[in-house]
Amino acid sequence: MPSKRIPVVAGWFTEDGTEEDFRLLGTRCPLCSSVFFPPQKGLCRNPGCTGGELAEVPLSRHGTVWSYTDGRYRPPAPYLSDPEVPWEPYTLVAVELAAERMVVLGQAAPGVGVGDLAVGMTVEAVPGVMDAGPGDDGAVRTTWHWRPVAAGSSGGAA
Amino acid sequence: MSGDVAVLGAGMHPWGKWGRGFVEYGTVAARGALADAGIEWRDVRSVVGAGTVRGGYPGYVAGATFAQALGWQGARVTSVYAACASGAQAVNTARAQILAGMADVVLVVGADAAPKGFFAPAGGERPDDPDWLRFRVLGATNPAYFALYARRRMALHGDTPEDFALVKVKNAAAGALNPNARYRAAVSPEQVAASAVVADPLRLLDICATSDGAAALVLSSMDFARRHGASDPVRIRAVSTVTPTYPKAVLDLPDIATDSAVAVEPSPMSFRGSIARAAYEEAGIGPGDLSLAEVYDLSTALELEWYEDIGLCAPGEGAALVRSGATALGGRIPVNPSGGLASFGEAVPAQAIAQVCELTWQLRGTAGERQIPGARAGITANQGLFGHGSAVVAVR
Ligand SMILES: [Zn+2]
Repeated sequence: MPSKRIPVVAGWFTEDGTEEDFRLLGTRCPLCSSVFFPPQKGLCRNPGCTGGELAEVPLSRHGTVWSYTDGRYRPPAPYLSDPEVPWEPYTLVAVELAAERMVVLGQAAPGVGVGDLAVGMTVEAVPGVMDAGPGDDGAVRTTWHWRPVAAGSSGGAA
Repeated sequence: MSGDVAVLGAGMHPWGKWGRGFVEYGTVAARGALADAGIEWRDVRSVVGAGTVRGGYPGYVAGATFAQALGWQGARVTSVYAACASGAQAVNTARAQILAGMADVVLVVGADAAPKGFFAPAGGERPDDPDWLRFRVLGATNPAYFALYARRRMALHGDTPEDFALVKVKNAAAGALNPNARYRAAVSPEQVAASAVVADPLRLLDICATSDGAAALVLSSMDFARRHGASDPVRIRAVSTVTPTYPKAVLDLPDIATDSAVAVEPSPMSFRGSIARAAYEEAGIGPGDLSLAEVYDLSTALELEWYEDIGLCAPGEGAALVRSGATALGGRIPVNPSGGLASFGEAVPAQAIAQVCELTWQLRGTAGERQIPGARAGITANQGLFGHGSAVVAVR
């Protein structure tokens, strides 16, 4: 029986549907259109705006790499990681979303290393799982990953 | 100038890994500052403690903790916390009390006993805390953020890892001359290049360690300083404690995303740049008036950003400035003559106070082998987690 899947944080991304349907979920101000991620609850943070309750909005699937790095050492708790398993570096990508005019962090999809990335490269948000494996509750934690679009063909520094 | 307060005394407990508690370090630094000032503890009318989150409850109420350790004497007490900017908040609180006439003489103390390795957030399940979330969801350590800036500089400005290493080499050379520094050995570019990659492109020797340490200042009104016989003391002329402006377009710890710039155009000046600008405006001086600067070199690459943010060079020219030797001891505008975080390691609430201690000794002309000849004005700059600006201008 496959492991139960629960999001690492509820409400930050879509949980069902196909990979093509996958989106990060932010919130948007009904008055000034400012977007917030992680999804801000309540009121707009634009100091010049008196907008009302923020509403959920899916973020752009595609963005361009603002910067990137990797983690060569195991991060401390509360990062979910099995200390029994040798540490595998993960890649961290900061991605600029043109429509939202913001930068969103995320881990890169499995197998994508810093050598596969370049500032300005186009990437897309895809569903992924945290690499810690099933937790004490037997469930895997789902998350979002950034993955180069047509890896190897859209690189180049900006 | 009527807004000046005098620095009567400066003291430190040397940085290191000493295996003792932060209260002991802070008490040693406080006694050092009081002795330097020639002030009796019982004559101090206010004590301000910069808090630490790593010392349990006594760390949260640092002002009272240090007052108790020095011996209760009934002074006004304040405890402040603002992450890496805690020390500047403490200095600013003391300054405000002095300028408001609430106290003539104020003792400022910050101390930490730091754990080994990455700074980690407080325990428990706290999904409403951005600092908890960035570790939980992304495993984004502090060096990961420093590395994102470093890679961005490489892509935008053509900086190289060799440029970053020059900062470490420079700061290690200065720190070797500082008895309060934790690391007192020269470092070569080859040693930096041979150290392990922590977060590409940054290596272990590009990233500051975490340390035990303490720093303290005795501040007073200019009138009190004159009555006390200090006719020409070092003066604190400005303290900048500004927040960013919306939308903040650069990722900072512990952000998972920047603000959106859909509705409002971001300021052309970065948050770090605005911290220094507020300090310059309040002090009525500019970067051209500086003899030295102490900036928060959490990483080597970040020191290059600070050069640009405090106006020592144009954006993108930080690497050229360090290559020119201008920011080394003996250069046109030495930066981190103390050795910086590269030589100290971070003792969070003490660090911004330690920066002012270095300005004080340099401006007095008592910095020994590190002395910058004829130093007249200096700036400190740093940035606390979640948007606490921190910069101090001192003059003589
Ligand atoms: Zn709004």
